[in-house]
Amino acid sequence: MRGNPDAHELIAPGNLDSVLELLAKEPSEWTPIAGGTEIMVAHAAGRLGAKKLVSLWGIDELRFIKEKEASITIGAGATFRDLRAHPGIGVKLPLLAMAASWIGCIANQSRATLGGNLVNGSPAADSSPALLVYDAEIELASVRGRRRIPYSAFHTGYKRNAMLPDELLFAVHLPLRFAEQRHYLRKVGTRRAMAISKVALAATAWLEDGLIREVRLGAASLAPFPMRLVETEVALLGRALNAESIQLACAALQKEAKPIDDIRSTGAYRKRVAINLLTEFLTALATEGQGR
Amino acid sequence: MSTFPAIRFNVNGEDREVRVAPMKRLLDVLREDLGLTGSKEGCGEGECGSCSVRMNGELVNSCLVPVLQAEGASVQTVEGLAAAGKMHPLQEAFLQCGGAQCGICTPGMLMAATQLLSVNAHPTMTEIREGLAGNLCRCTGFTRIFESVIAATAKNREERIEEPAHAR
Repeated sequence: MRGNPDAHELIAPGNLDSVLELLAKEPSEWTPIAGGTEIMVAHAAGRLGAKKLVSLWGIDELRFIKEKEASITIGAGATFRDLRAHPGIGVKLPLLAMAASWIGCIANQSRATLGGNLVNGSPAADSSPALLVYDAEIELASVRGRRRIPYSAFHTGYKRNAMLPDELLFAVHLPLRFAEQRHYLRKVGTRRAMAISKVALAATAWLEDGLIREVRLGAASLAPFPMRLVETEVALLGRALNAESIQLACAALQKEAKPIDDIRSTGAYRKRVAINLLTEFLTALATEGQGR
Repeated sequence: MSTFPAIRFNVNGEDREVRVAPMKRLLDVLREDLGLTGSKEGCGEGECGSCSVRMNGELVNSCLVPVLQAEGASVQTVEGLAAAGKMHPLQEAFLQCGGAQCGICTPGMLMAATQLLSVNAHPTMTEIREGLAGNLCRCTGFTRIFESVIAATAKNREERIEEPAHAR
């Protein structure tokens, strides 16, 4: 333990309004901490810059999953164990349930929250590719009220996001219109448990009369933040799925992906694997034939 | 330094109170302030599971819990497994099957296994591997640990493992 607990203030107001008032009164002064699976690692290493922390753990207003006919709303404080245990998510948002099951291990999943995963903003975030292909919306809260933005517009740069200093990530809204589309998600990492992904690719697609009517591709670790592969999607839209269109999509991905070399992998390897994953998804899609 | 407000929680059935910095790690509070040195520090970053304890019936890495977030919680550590001088069936199984060697990972393995059996009394090998996936062992090669859990679940079939009330 290289960090000094005495050097950090931590308070737990216990309800959402008090947290928002604190963020409004002293914007940028307070760092929210939920399950601590990122912040406490930095703390132990002695590299936690935040001097004032406000705990979100135990605030019931943030820890919920609400299912309606056309959408599921997940509170920012829901843990990945909560996500895995929810029957609606397993059936209607299977990619998110899968992603939740391979984040860290059981002990991490008991504490790590969906909101924390997104605000932390790692380019390799496990929940992000699934949220991108499900057209997730982010609801932000502040004393000024609530606002919603598409998740695809949430990350704005490496570890940067669209939140204002007095805002807190409140919830993630997921429309259920993808339930009948083709789904794909694969993470490539060093080992099954605990590993942070080298690359991950998620996809949803709708084929009609042999043509690609809709396709969404969400990737981790191909850019400074998790992102939709819009140019690759455009290369596929409206086309018949065959060897030629698969090749076109791979060429588009080759241009669009901008992975880096780092401790976990190289950019060249990541790009190659991303193309392999895309090929795997599209080939399966072509073989399975039509259908939503 | 004793100007910190009291933080109260229950450990292994006993109400405890500490006055420490709220960002002090639960692991350090257990070991330094409460004298419960069963939980170990391996990596200090949530990768190895040596510090695993149960908090309100969920498995957590105590090195990643600021003690303030344990306020009001029920915490179970490896010291809370044996009851009335009798080893927990998992502890007996680890002993019989050679599931412990150097012992550093053992408390965490036992807590992860306890968590698994609390939600799934008869796990498959795949489920055991997933349940213990966050716990690293550098001695046993894991096989004997998995066998220990299976041995304990066999015992479980005979005499249902009862959880102590405070761990529920």
